[in-house]
Amino acid sequence: MASGSSIGVGGLFTNAEVTTSGRPVLRRNEVECFLLSSVDFDSDDDPPRFTALKSGNLILTTHRLIWIPSQSNGAVPSSIPLAAVTHIFSHKKSIKSMFHSPRIRFQADPGSVVVTIVFRGKGDFDGFLTKFWECWRGRAWDEEDKSEAETSRSGGSATVAQGLYGNDGTVRMVGLAGILRKEQEQWESTDKSLQDAFQDLNALMSKAKEMVSLAEKMRQKLLSAPSSQNSSTDDEEMGSKEEMQQWMLSVGIISPVTKESAGALYHQELSRQLADFVRIPLEQAGGMISLTDMYYHFNRARGTELISPDDLWQACTLWEKFDVPVMLRKFDSGVMVIQNKSHSDEEVMSRIRMLVTKTETLRAGVTASDAALTVKIAPAMAKEHLLTAETKGLLCRDMSPDGLRFYFNLFPEMDLTNLHIVKDFGTYGEWVKATSILSV
Amino acid sequence: MQKLADFKLPQFFNYPPYFTLQPVRDTREKQIQLWKELILDYCKSQKTFLICVEEDFPLFSNSAIDRSLSHEAKETFLSAIVGEGRAEWLDKGHRKCLILWHRIQDWADIILQFVRDNGLEDSVMTVEEIRSGTESHGTELQGIDRTILMRALKLLENKGKLALFKGTSADDEGVKFSV
Repeated sequence: MASGSSIGVGGLFTNAEVTTSGRPVLRRNEVECFLLSSVDFDSDDDPPRFTALKSGNLILTTHRLIWIPSQSNGAVPSSIPLAAVTHIFSHKKSIKSMFHSPRIRFQADPGSVVVTIVFRGKGDFDGFLTKFWECWRGRAWDEEDKSEAETSRSGGSATVAQGLYGNDGTVRMVGLAGILRKEQEQWESTDKSLQDAFQDLNALMSKAKEMVSLAEKMRQKLLSAPSSQNSSTDDEEMGSKEEMQQWMLSVGIISPVTKESAGALYHQELSRQLADFVRIPLEQAGGMISLTDMYYHFNRARGTELISPDDLWQACTLWEKFDVPVMLRKFDSGVMVIQNKSHSDEEVMSRIRMLVTKTETLRAGVTASDAALTVKIAPAMAKEHLLTAETKGLLCRDMSPDGLRFYFNLFPEMDLTNLHIVKDFGTYGEWVKATSILSV
Repeated sequence: MQKLADFKLPQFFNYPPYFTLQPVRDTREKQIQLWKELILDYCKSQKTFLICVEEDFPLFSNSAIDRSLSHEAKETFLSAIVGEGRAEWLDKGHRKCLILWHRIQDWADIILQFVRDNGLEDSVMTVEEIRSGTESHGTELQGIDRTILMRALKLLENKGKLALFKGTSADDEGVKFSV
């Protein structure tokens, strides 16, 4: 193995997965703790033991140091697991260090390579250093290994015991009673967990991770196929299961980007995270969703560290700068929506045209709620579409005590030189046929 | 299709949007033109010379579809007709509208034709006779609105085709033709 100057020598850096918006893909239980921009990773040795990583965003998580290049200069997103860090050198402040960019040196395996992180951007360097120590000391990866070992252990002991009581004297989980008791115990522990969480805010923050993973586990359970129970309870179960599932689906983000951990980059990272998140609700809503609805969905998923409406709006406006598949759109009426870039006006127009040229709607027209039902979008969105169609000349309006309705626009087909003419071809003729039942 | 008196209504009279003033410019333009043609056609067939905006005008509502024009709509359509010279507001408040389904010039030509047809080239007649006398029976001049008639006569007077003079009583004006 040549001690060359290429990345990945001896496996020091591993490639980090990123989403299409440039956000890192986090592992299970991995939580983001800090974010800084304009960071370099240099080798402290001469000749250098790895190729330096220049000018990227550094993301510290509970499990890794992740480096994402800020320009597409051919560099690959990389990470170092915190478990591989063997030593963090203490940072001495001196006259010299005041004039240079702050830097941290640490040692990591394999090969006890000394790495220097150079912070060229503005950011809370001291805060980062504190968090770095915390995360490294926290050894989040150890806990996972421990809990995995525990479950395998407890699974082993249960199979040996007979009867209601297990070998260690605890009540065994068998049959319907066992399932119910298990549920009971889980809820009790959840309850206790919640109580603990509310003791003080710091404890809450660490419990937040637990809460979200709890939600994740519940979701997994709901998604698994139902076991053979008597059919009478199935419907109820399925109904409430679906409810739970809906609720759970909205709880999908384990590590919210917070102002604290991202500092000046807050809106940028939020913007990217939002672009990722928006995909699913957008699909469910048919390609277009109002900003208010998105505010509700996003904050619901975050759970804590809620974002303000202004933050949301800022994050959306930043999408113009990134290459993301979604956009913010403002209608003449002032309504703001998020829509897929691929979601075109033409597509909606053709759906509306199909709707209004049916015999029944030719005759009676459509209201916004009629359109919403057929095209499957929120009534407020439907009205916007209808108004746009009206402006384009596809529809015209009918205002009456019954409300506002829209009809296919027949005016262009009417002949000014002979008011009684109805051409054989054309929708005007269709409309006459559709209404022939009514005329005297 | 329905009729109003003996007037045959076009199919679009049953089209609900026809009775709602359209906000989109191009659509509204077409709508205005359609109402203009319809109003002029109807008034010509019924010999209606005056539309009072505040009173019910049969053309402005359709009970079959339960729709009628709003005040704003009536104003818009009538003003459009005025703008094209086929009607005139008689008051500043835009409550009464004189409909010129024949322009004044057209009426003048009709009077001249009437004079020639009846050999009245050098005769004298009262204004009232022109509109209700035996000669006018069955012609377009029968029952013509007095205001319109006077305007047409004045137009012809300016051209030297006739001379107007006051008669013995206050409202008994006469005409001396010199066609």
